[in-house]
Amino acid sequence: MPATSFEPDAFPDGWGHRNLLDLERLSTAEIRLLLDTAARFKEATEGCRRKLSVLTGRTIVNLFFENSTRTRTSFSLAARRLGADVVDFAASSSSLSKGESFIDTAKNLEAMGVDAVVVRHATPGTPHLLANHLSVGVINAGDGPHEHPTQGLLDIFSIREHRGDLAGATVGLVGDIAHSRTARSNMWGLMKLGAKVILCGPPTLVSQRWRELGVEVSHDLDAIVPRCDVLNLLRIQFERQNTRPFPSVREYAHLYAMTKERLKRAKRDLLILAPGPINRGVEVTAEVADCPQSLILDQVTNGLAVRMGVLWLTCGSRGSQAAITAHGQQGRVV
Amino acid sequence: MATLLIRGGRVVDPSQGLDGVHDVLVRDGLVVGVGSEGAQTIGKADETIDATGLVVCPGLVDMHVHLREPGREEDETIETGTRAALAGGFTSVACIPNTEPPIDTQSTVEFIHQKAARADTCNVFVVGCVSRDRAGKELADIGQLVEAGAVAFSDDGAPVYDAELMRRALEYCRMFDKPILAHEEVLELSHGGVMHEGLVSLVLGLTGMPAAAEEVMIGRDIALAEVTGGRLHVMHVSTAGGVALVRAAKARGARVTAEACPHHFTLTDECLRGFDSNFKMSPPLRTADDVEAIMAGLADGTLDCIATDHAPHAREKKMLELDRAPMGILGLETAVGLSVTRLVNTGRIGWPRLIEAMSTLPARILGVNRGTLRPGAIADITLIDPNLVWQVDVRKFCSKSVNSPFHGWTLTGRAVATIVAGRVKYRLAAS
Repeated sequence: MPATSFEPDAFPDGWGHRNLLDLERLSTAEIRLLLDTAARFKEATEGCRRKLSVLTGRTIVNLFFENSTRTRTSFSLAARRLGADVVDFAASSSSLSKGESFIDTAKNLEAMGVDAVVVRHATPGTPHLLANHLSVGVINAGDGPHEHPTQGLLDIFSIREHRGDLAGATVGLVGDIAHSRTARSNMWGLMKLGAKVILCGPPTLVSQRWRELGVEVSHDLDAIVPRCDVLNLLRIQFERQNTRPFPSVREYAHLYAMTKERLKRAKRDLLILAPGPINRGVEVTAEVADCPQSLILDQVTNGLAVRMGVLWLTCGSRGSQAAITAHGQQGRVV
Repeated sequence: MATLLIRGGRVVDPSQGLDGVHDVLVRDGLVVGVGSEGAQTIGKADETIDATGLVVCPGLVDMHVHLREPGREEDETIETGTRAALAGGFTSVACIPNTEPPIDTQSTVEFIHQKAARADTCNVFVVGCVSRDRAGKELADIGQLVEAGAVAFSDDGAPVYDAELMRRALEYCRMFDKPILAHEEVLELSHGGVMHEGLVSLVLGLTGMPAAAEEVMIGRDIALAEVTGGRLHVMHVSTAGGVALVRAAKARGARVTAEACPHHFTLTDECLRGFDSNFKMSPPLRTADDVEAIMAGLADGTLDCIATDHAPHAREKKMLELDRAPMGILGLETAVGLSVTRLVNTGRIGWPRLIEAMSTLPARILGVNRGTLRPGAIADITLIDPNLVWQVDVRKFCSKSVNSPFHGWTLTGRAVATIVAGRVKYRLAAS
C-alpha cells in the first residue's frame, strides 16, 4: 500500500485546541490521545520512515530563539513526513537582533500565512504569550526550564512501548530538576497516567517543595535505584546556572551518575532513558548509555512519531481547525 | 476671599481624632474649620459641595511614586503622573529619584519643582538620592538637596548596597531629621529573578526571588538604624518575615517606619501562572500567607502607611518575554479602590486607620505640612465615595502607561473630588 493512500480520516481527531503549550494543563484523556495518535503515525509510516500527505499545503515554521539541533531537526522531519512545508527561523539571523519584539516577529510570520509555529525560547511562558497574540497554532518546543511537552510525551511513549500501561510504574527522574523542562513535562505526564514519580538529585537542584505536588523527593540515588522501573537521567544544565549548585562535576558524578555498579542493584527490566544531549561520564557512564536496557535511540525515533502526532492534532485535525476558526471569531487579545 | 464649603460629609481626620458628619469650610486655600453646626455658623460660601454620603478626609499622600521625568517621558511625565494622582484622590506625591539623570543635585530638584508648578496639579515632594548618581559609592550632597527642598532620601529601584554607606546616610540625615527610604534586597539572592521563589516559580521554571532576599536586607538596615539612631523607612514590605522584623524593631523603640503596597495585600504569586508581565514587580507578589501578614501589619500599625510604588512602563516595554520585561505596576488610580475593597470592606481596618495610612502618617514621615484638616492647615482635601462600585479600565487612566493587572476588576470606593489648596483639581465625571 503506498503511503500516500492514507486519508486524513485514518488518523485520530478529537483534539479541541490549536496549541500544545504544556502537559500540566492537559487532561489524562488528552495525553492518551496524543500518545495514541503518535502510535498511529509510527505504524502508518512504518517506524517513521515513510512519507504521508495529510498536511500537504500546510506550512510549519520553526521559530527557535534558542539553539537546538535535535529538536528542530525532529520537528522538521516530522512535518516533512506529513507533507508539510517547513521554514526554519533562527533568532540570531533575524530582525530580533535589530530590536524587534518576539511578538512582532511572530505576527509577521503569521501574516505570511504559516499554519503553525513551533517555538523554542529560553524564557518560560513565551509560547503561552505567543498563543495569546496569534491565531494559528503554537507548539512549545521548550520554554526555558518550564516545559518541553513533546520531549515528555516521547519519553512516556518510549516507556509505554516497552511496558504497556504506565499505571503503577515507578519512574525516577535524576539530575538537574531545577533547570529541566524535560523533568517538568515528564512529571506532569507520568502523574496523570498513574505512575509514581521520584525526583532525585542534590537539594540545590531538587527542591523539597516538589513534595507538595505529590511526588517523592530523594537525594540518594543508591536508595531509589532498586525501587525504580524506569530511570530518566537528566543533563546538568551548566548554561542555566548562576552559581554552581554542587562542588565539582567529579563529586556530582560520584553521587548521581548512573554507573554499571548501580545498574547491578536495579531491577532486571529497568528501562533507562536520557533526553539528549547526554554528558557521558556525568549523569550516565558510557556502558550504561549503551546497555540493552537503554532506550536512548528509541527515544529519538519516537520523537518523530510524537511530533507527527502533535502536528497533525494541532494543525491538521478537524478539531484544531475548529479551534482556530473559533479563536479568529473571538478576535485578538487587546 | 474665596470660600468653599464642603457640606454634610463624614469627615475622617485622624490627626485630630475626628470621625463624624461635619462641614468643612475653606478660605483662601486654608482650612477655616470643621464644624457640626453647618453653614449657619460658618456663613455663606462662594462655592458649596454637597458631600452627603461621602468620606471627607485630608488629602491623600502617596510617598512612593515614580514620575519618570526627567529621562523616561515615554513612560510617564510629571504632568501625566500627577494627573493620575489627582484621579486617584492623592493631593501629594513624593517622587522617587531613580530618574535619568537621578535627582542628586539642586538643579534637578528645581527642575522637578518647576515642572510640577507648570503642571499645576497636585503637590510634588522630591525625594533625593542617597548616593551621588545613585551609584552607591558615596553620599550625594544631602544637605544641599535638603536646602533645595528634598524631603527624604532613597536609592530606590536598588538597595543601598554598601552597608557602610547606608550607615553613614542614616547617621548624616539625623541632622536634617530626614528619613532614608530603603529598597530592601540582597541582589545575589534575587539575581535574575522574575517572581517570588516558591512552589509556583518551581512549577513554572521561572527564576525566583526568595523572601530571604528582602528580609536579610531589612534586618541589616534595622540594625544600622538602631546603631545610628537614624530614621529608616522600609519601602514596599512584601513578606511576613519583613513585617515581623519591623514589628520587633518598633517594639525595641527603633526609629523605623514602613509601608505596604496595594498589590502586595491583594495579589499572590499564583497570578504569574498566565506569564503576564503586568504581574512582575520588585519586590514580587508573594504567597497568601504573606498577603495575610501585610494586612495584619497594616491593621496593627506595624506597617504605618499605604504607598503605591506607582511604576509606569510604556506598553512596548511590557510586551516582552517575562525575563526581559521591566519590573513595575501602576498604582495611583487603583489604590483607594483596592484599599477600600480589600481592607475596609473586609473589616480588616476602619476608615480612620485607612486615612491615617494614606494621609496622616505619610505626611508625618515625610515631614510635610499636610495630612490634617486642622484650622489653618493647607486645604488639601479628598472626597471619597465609599460605596461607589466601578470597573477598572486602563484606557481611561490619566497615567501615560497601562501596566495595571487590575484592568477589568470591579472595585468599591473611589475618589470623586480632589482638592488642592482649596481648589478643586479633579472631579469624577458622573456616569
